[in-house]
Amino acid sequence: MKYRNSLSNRKLNIVFKWEWLLVILIIGISIVNGRLSPHFWSYTGIMDSLAVFLEKGFMVLSMTLVLIIGDIDISVASIVALSSVLMAMSYKLGLPMAVAILVALATGAGCGYLNGLLISLVPGLSAIIVTLAGSSIYRGIAYILLGDQAIGGFPSWYSYLAWGYVGKTNIPFVMVVFVGCAIIYGLLLHRTAWGRKVYAMGINPVAARFSGVPIAQMKQIIFTLNGLMAGIAAIFLTSKLGSSRPNIATGYELEVIAIAVLGGVSPSGGKGGIVGVCLALILMRLLRYGMGLVNVPGQVMMVIIGIVLVGVVMLPNIFSSRGGKRRTKEIQ
Amino acid sequence: MKKLITVLFLVASMVVFFSVSAFAEGYTVGMVVKNVGNPFMDAAGRGGEEACGELGNSFIFQGPATPTVEGQIEIIENLIAQKVDAICITANDFDALVPVLQKAKGNNIKVVSFDSAVAPGGRHVHVNQADAELIGKLQVQAIAEMIGYEGEIAILSAGATMTNQNTWIEYMKEELKDPKYEKIELVTIVYGDDLRDKSYNEAMGLFKSYPNLKGIISPTTVGLSATAKAITDAGLVGKVKLTGLGLPSEMAEWVHNGACEAFFLWNPIDLGYLASYVAGLLCDGTITGEVGEEFSAGRMGDYTIVEAEDGGTEVLLGPPFRFDASNIDEWKDIY
Repeated sequence: MKYRNSLSNRKLNIVFKWEWLLVILIIGISIVNGRLSPHFWSYTGIMDSLAVFLEKGFMVLSMTLVLIIGDIDISVASIVALSSVLMAMSYKLGLPMAVAILVALATGAGCGYLNGLLISLVPGLSAIIVTLAGSSIYRGIAYILLGDQAIGGFPSWYSYLAWGYVGKTNIPFVMVVFVGCAIIYGLLLHRTAWGRKVYAMGINPVAARFSGVPIAQMKQIIFTLNGLMAGIAAIFLTSKLGSSRPNIATGYELEVIAIAVLGGVSPSGGKGGIVGVCLALILMRLLRYGMGLVNVPGQVMMVIIGIVLVGVVMLPNIFSSRGGKRRTKEIQ
Repeated sequence: MKKLITVLFLVASMVVFFSVSAFAEGYTVGMVVKNVGNPFMDAAGRGGEEACGELGNSFIFQGPATPTVEGQIEIIENLIAQKVDAICITANDFDALVPVLQKAKGNNIKVVSFDSAVAPGGRHVHVNQADAELIGKLQVQAIAEMIGYEGEIAILSAGATMTNQNTWIEYMKEELKDPKYEKIELVTIVYGDDLRDKSYNEAMGLFKSYPNLKGIISPTTVGLSATAKAITDAGLVGKVKLTGLGLPSEMAEWVHNGACEAFFLWNPIDLGYLASYVAGLLCDGTITGEVGEEFSAGRMGDYTIVEAEDGGTEVLLGPPFRFDASNIDEWKDIY
């Protein structure tokens, strides 16, 4: 009992510190942005710019779970492409758009289920290999189905998903959906026994197995969720583009993983939380938005983001090098 | 805490360092290219800047690091937030930019696509580099001159289904009907699918199947340089003439060794210049992008807006630029 308390306290402590760091950075970047561009402090501008890559945000939420259990999923971008293509094709075949959207969700969840099945069933098959293969298979299928074509012409209400605002406010619809999803994931991960099992798997999988955590089943669920979120991302991305193509969402997997890591999620498992990744999402967006407003060239932007990513991830190590040593000792 | 401040300071100073302030006198025109670090696109950017300078507008040049439509959407959103007056874009996707460009139009931003069009719903007008008829005609005229208006010629195209090339080839056949070409015979059309090795082999095949072949037209950049290499390797320089559409950087070698005396391509600097000039005229209301409007575009001369094949409107840049031994060295480093 005592051990568990101290463990959760410490965990809380780490998460807490990290999130404050992100908040400070967000405030810092906002001040700098506001100084550099007279256009920055605009409510509409900030809202719209936050909504620009929220479809990646959906994927970050579930990727957080995947990373916390110490796995990785690099097939998500390809799942987005396949879900989008299948959705567009089923609409073109005459299904109502609402049903086509369900097709996208089912495709995403199905691909994720397949990943999870292989990872949990075949011992020794690591997630990186399975999802690397999945990554080329899913996008490959999308290319076989659609080739160099694009499918568009969706009903006009469908574009509301990515471009619409709630009522007469300036709040983008996609943001409301995202906040809903984030709350669900936050509760699931931080307020349920299931969430604690997720952390347990990441901190010490062997101990977790011996204390009765159904590892295989958990992995199955988490990878399926990750696929499902890619399906949701596909729905919003396709709505934003107004058309579907097999090459959409290229490179999203790396950005999604980068945001999660920036949010304090450790790729080696067991660390991180939903609040952190949401803050990281805002941080990353404001950074890009600010640089975009002053027209920093694309390649320079990539370099700056890379530096910020490494710098921010390194910070806590610099701060808590003593604490880090203490932890290592305790584990030994 | 000290370290944190240091990091914050570093981030801040980097942002300051890379910032380019655009204080607008006149209108602000944002040019969004397929990707940055692409010589063809950079050349278009130089033209755009020149036109903006002449009109007293300020110019923003932007593009994603990789040629994706998602990256272009993010940039367009940023340009909307900056309240630019016009956007010139060479699209990474014909359809997928329409929603975001409609949002831009809703914010009273003029949209000009150039080089690679966006669907009519997302633009006011398109600046088309390729006047299909002229492109077809000029290549026939060039090859006819090279072979002295007599002999067998062949066409080495890209894919059999490529719309661009097929349109040009139709115009070539049209041009060949002119009596002055009566001694020229178009013996075959082969397809290299825009693959270097396949185009090379197709060219080699032509030499075997048609030993009297005098000339080849290759209206595709990949096909043209592959054919030039094939002519050189087969020792046929001077015996089989070659023209087509190509990139100066790829073709300089073959112009110098005589495998290809002259070839054509549009000039990206002029293209960027015209697009950005049209954007300026849309902003000040001189034109609205309707069919039939006439205007004068600085050093490029007079233009008329015409109906485009995709249902929108467009401006045709004009005849493609001719590259030969006299100017190739000047252009080979540009694109």
